[in-house]
Amino acid sequence: MTAAVLPLLEFTPPTIDYVRLLPFLIVIAAACLGVVVEAFVRRTWRHEVQVGLALVALVASGAAIVSGWGSDSLAVVDPIGPDQPVGSVMVDGPTQVFWLMLVLFALLAVCLMAERRVYAGRNAFAPMAAAIPGSQAEAEADQASLEHAEVFPLALFSLSGMMLFVAANDLLLLFVALEVLSLPLYVLAALARHRRLASQEAALKYFLLGAAASAIFLFGCALLFAYAGSFDFDLIALRYDQGAAADRLLWAGLGLVLVGLLFKIGAVPFHSWAPDTYQGAPTPVTAFMAVCTKIAAVAALLRLLFVALGAARWTWQPIIAGVAVVTMLVGPVLGIVQSNIKRLLAYSSIAHAGFLLTGLAGALTVQSGLAADQLGTVASAGFYLMAYGLATIGCFAAVTLVQSQGREVTELSAWAGLGRRHPWFGLVMLVCLLSLAGIPLTAGFTGKLAVFSVAWRGGYWWLVLVAVLAAVVAVYVYVRVLVLLFSRPASDQVEVKLPGPATAVVLTVTVIGSLAFGLVPGPLADLLAQSSTFLRSVHN
Amino acid sequence: MTVFALTPTPATGLQVYAWLLIALPLGVAALLLVGGKRTDSWGHFLATLAPIASFGLALAYFIDLLAVTPDQRAIVVPVYTWIASSAWQISVSLLLDPLSMVFVLLVTGVGSLIHLYSLGYMAHDPNRRRFFAYLNLFVAAMLILVLADNYLVLFVGWEGVGLASFLLISFWQERPSAAAAGKKAFIVNRVGDLGLIIAIFTMLAMFGSSSFSSVNAGADQLTSFWAGLLGFLLLLGACGKSAQVPLQTWLLDAMEGPTPVSALIHAATMVTAGVYLVVRSGAIYAQAPAAQLAVAIVGTVTLLVGAWIGCAKDDIKKVLAGSTMSQIGYMMLAAGIGPAGYAFAIFHLLTHGFFKANMFLGAGSVMHATGDDVDMRHYGALRRALPITFVTFAAGYLAIIGFPFFSGFYSKDHIIEAAFEHQPALGLLALIGAGVTAFYMTRLMALTFFGQSRWRPGVHPHESPATMWIPLVLLALGSFGGGMVLNGWIGRWLAPIGALAPENASWAPHFTPIGWATLAVVAAGVALGWLLFGRRPVPDQAPTAVSPLTRWGRRDLYVDSLYDAALVRPGLGLAQAVALVDQRAVDGAVEGSAHLTQSVGRQLGRLQNGYVRSYGLTMLIGLLAVGVALILGQLV
Repeated sequence: MTAAVLPLLEFTPPTIDYVRLLPFLIVIAAACLGVVVEAFVRRTWRHEVQVGLALVALVASGAAIVSGWGSDSLAVVDPIGPDQPVGSVMVDGPTQVFWLMLVLFALLAVCLMAERRVYAGRNAFAPMAAAIPGSQAEAEADQASLEHAEVFPLALFSLSGMMLFVAANDLLLLFVALEVLSLPLYVLAALARHRRLASQEAALKYFLLGAAASAIFLFGCALLFAYAGSFDFDLIALRYDQGAAADRLLWAGLGLVLVGLLFKIGAVPFHSWAPDTYQGAPTPVTAFMAVCTKIAAVAALLRLLFVALGAARWTWQPIIAGVAVVTMLVGPVLGIVQSNIKRLLAYSSIAHAGFLLTGLAGALTVQSGLAADQLGTVASAGFYLMAYGLATIGCFAAVTLVQSQGREVTELSAWAGLGRRHPWFGLVMLVCLLSLAGIPLTAGFTGKLAVFSVAWRGGYWWLVLVAVLAAVVAVYVYVRVLVLLFSRPASDQVEVKLPGPATAVVLTVTVIGSLAFGLVPGPLADLLAQSSTFLRSVHN
Repeated sequence: MTVFALTPTPATGLQVYAWLLIALPLGVAALLLVGGKRTDSWGHFLATLAPIASFGLALAYFIDLLAVTPDQRAIVVPVYTWIASSAWQISVSLLLDPLSMVFVLLVTGVGSLIHLYSLGYMAHDPNRRRFFAYLNLFVAAMLILVLADNYLVLFVGWEGVGLASFLLISFWQERPSAAAAGKKAFIVNRVGDLGLIIAIFTMLAMFGSSSFSSVNAGADQLTSFWAGLLGFLLLLGACGKSAQVPLQTWLLDAMEGPTPVSALIHAATMVTAGVYLVVRSGAIYAQAPAAQLAVAIVGTVTLLVGAWIGCAKDDIKKVLAGSTMSQIGYMMLAAGIGPAGYAFAIFHLLTHGFFKANMFLGAGSVMHATGDDVDMRHYGALRRALPITFVTFAAGYLAIIGFPFFSGFYSKDHIIEAAFEHQPALGLLALIGAGVTAFYMTRLMALTFFGQSRWRPGVHPHESPATMWIPLVLLALGSFGGGMVLNGWIGRWLAPIGALAPENASWAPHFTPIGWATLAVVAAGVALGWLLFGRRPVPDQAPTAVSPLTRWGRRDLYVDSLYDAALVRPGLGLAQAVALVDQRAVDGAVEGSAHLTQSVGRQLGRLQNGYVRSYGLTMLIGLLAVGVALILGQLV
């Protein structure tokens, strides 16, 4: 009896390479520190201290990523590997690329969250989230100019989950990371200052559906464990190679895990949460969710599919392709009939999930015959996410500026003529929307070209034809907004606020980035191509 | 085996900034167009400085090339790399070689003088800023055309000069005739451009690249069919841009533009782009004798047609336009002779650039003096009123008829001689053309500067301001001395790009029997012209009882009427029919699909009903679908 129990009690600690994990550790440490700040720093200083802490942490994390650039390592080594070390956390080329993108976009999103000037001196969040909407307590909190500075540690916690999500090479760790990234987002989504009921409803929907997706995902993990006897991606792959190919446990587990991740990406038919949540959540949080969550989920999906299930790609490629088709068609078609800019951007984000999935369906990696240093699925998805992220965060930043009586006006009818009345605002929307539409010489075009060519070379030429058709419909979605902005007489219902310094930084970065990566895509494409190979602990 | 291009060496040192040649005028054009009224007071000065700066830069690069051995005189300048990952290579480069250098110097040099001239000529135009912006745009596009190192970038410049030409022909757009002329030039050029586009696509399919070096390298592996096809397609492109038969009709109408535009674009530079294209594509024509012969025939026919039209017109600019057509015909003829004629084609192109710009600007000066009157029957005896214009115009006149030691004398004689050696029939026609040229140019001189004054009431001719006559004097110097200076040099300079250099050429004329014959024919033409127009009073109204030859010439050989009946009217009918089909069927389908998409969107939107339970159900259905797909996948 004791002999059977003892091995479980004998805890062998994993080997952890703290230096390689530094970028992640900085973010999570800053998040914990943020909680302490909230408890001990005077209320009047909290906002400034939290913003400073978050910015410093993000910049430091980015610097740590850059300083460790180029070398791959098993950052956390599982002690119970068979006969060779097996990594549960991989710091390799894709991890570093996606970490850097996450940190960059988190920085921009934090800038939006820190913006006070466009909201008449207060941030975009509820003065007292615990107060019932419309209650006396809320009014008093508003009078006292209270603010929730917790948004910054929450965002950092979520970011730390995303960073772990991207690097996890182990299903269990992946699940933990999924929860770490999701839970703070549920809270953040509920914190809007205005239209609080809609915001809370959005958060609750996101939470309920997210919980369901997590359950499905966890179920899939359990089945895959039953199949492989391990949670580790490499060991699942090893098991597949050792001949347990056609096991029903594998297919069932694969399907469930896929659905869990496709939910986070916002692919149809697992997208229903996105429009309601994007619309209800505070705009800076929407921007953060729309960009960073998508990056993390796509990156995690890439690692899962290529490392754990790479040899089984004939099975999952058609499923990804099918989901891509539905997603590409539903996203733009529903985008056309939207009358609210935030909902429209939500459907745009769904459409882009579909375009990204075309590249995944192509499954072009070194394993499937890609020459080294060429643009394969991982690198093209990276490029696409970069272009999508810049343009999307730029659009949401612009959304925060269109106001009437201190509230954002997201009804498109009120946006008529704003581009003509405020040329700088028009320019921002023009560049971002053209990039989202994929017009040449913007980053979005190069991104689309990259994922489509990967799908084509991967044998999914029919998917590319569908994607090009869907892209045409998507162009209509964005051009409709541009026509509204430039060709209609200006309405006087709304004003476009001058951005504060933080928002101005976001707008500048997104416009310049969207153009620069379209005009000179070479360096970024090269960088991505060189760091697109996943590290594997078991080579067979 | 003739080599048609040098292997370019990468640019070093300051050569990497060769893109500035283009960027300066392009930047100023953008500044003037975007800057709007704020730049009204100083924009034209800046616009004049831009081509001058480019000319200075071009001189520096020219000296650079002179300093190295002839086989090193090709430099490729990378400008812009759009994508340079290992997977894709898309980039734009410029090529500095003897041929492009000659054009760059011509375009920026003559361009600078014409900008200077325009300061005076357009001084009182309300849209002066826009005019100068377009002129700079033209210079930039023309430089792109001649500096491109591949046909695709060349095409960008080709279309750019087409656009600038369109904008400038219809510059006085309030006149319906100017607007129509601009449209006509643009549309006729489209026909030629189609040929060039198909040629470029054919090259991409054949060689996998449109760069001059790969086309040159691959040309000798072409079958005669493909080489011939490429040759004819390129010729079609050249005919459009250079106003050669059968696409010549736009050039006469293009005279609706301001006179400096006629001088720069429709005489000295843009219209010679077709000659450039043919010479640049020498490697293809070397494989396509039929296409090469077609070039020579087109050139010969055009040189006669242009001269014919020149004889019959009373509008001074149209006479000059006809003569431009005719002189470009000579260049085409030379280019159609093959490598033996390339140097002469370019030589004549250069001297023509001087003397034709000279005469157009002179005509502008005359018009300036007579209240924008273009009818030569209203001139007469202007030599005393406009002495500088007269002397400089006379230099251009002597150059174009080929008076000994003037520039045209050298360049045209070479072409006629080479044509006789190549194909006596073509040579004979070219010789006749020289006689006709002398006749109609003498007529122009006689009607304008000699005889009795026939000025309209209220016209008091006066010499033009200095900004106008200084360019005239400089161009007159070029018309006079250009041939002597360049005669010995141009052949050797162009030898590396495939032109066979003439032996022992120098400034001293080297008379051959054909040379003497040419002189005799020219003298006869001058004498006839003087007898008919210099000695007799000129009727105030154009006589109506004239020979069929004159009647045909006045109506541009009825080509316009023919095209109108054969192409324009059926074309309009077709367009109306297509528009009808478009409105009824195509728009119906498009709008129908748009409505369909919208209604599908609305129906789908109902699924987004706000209830979490429905959303959960959607997810569940999706999950089941994935499951079914997996199971089906196992069964297959």
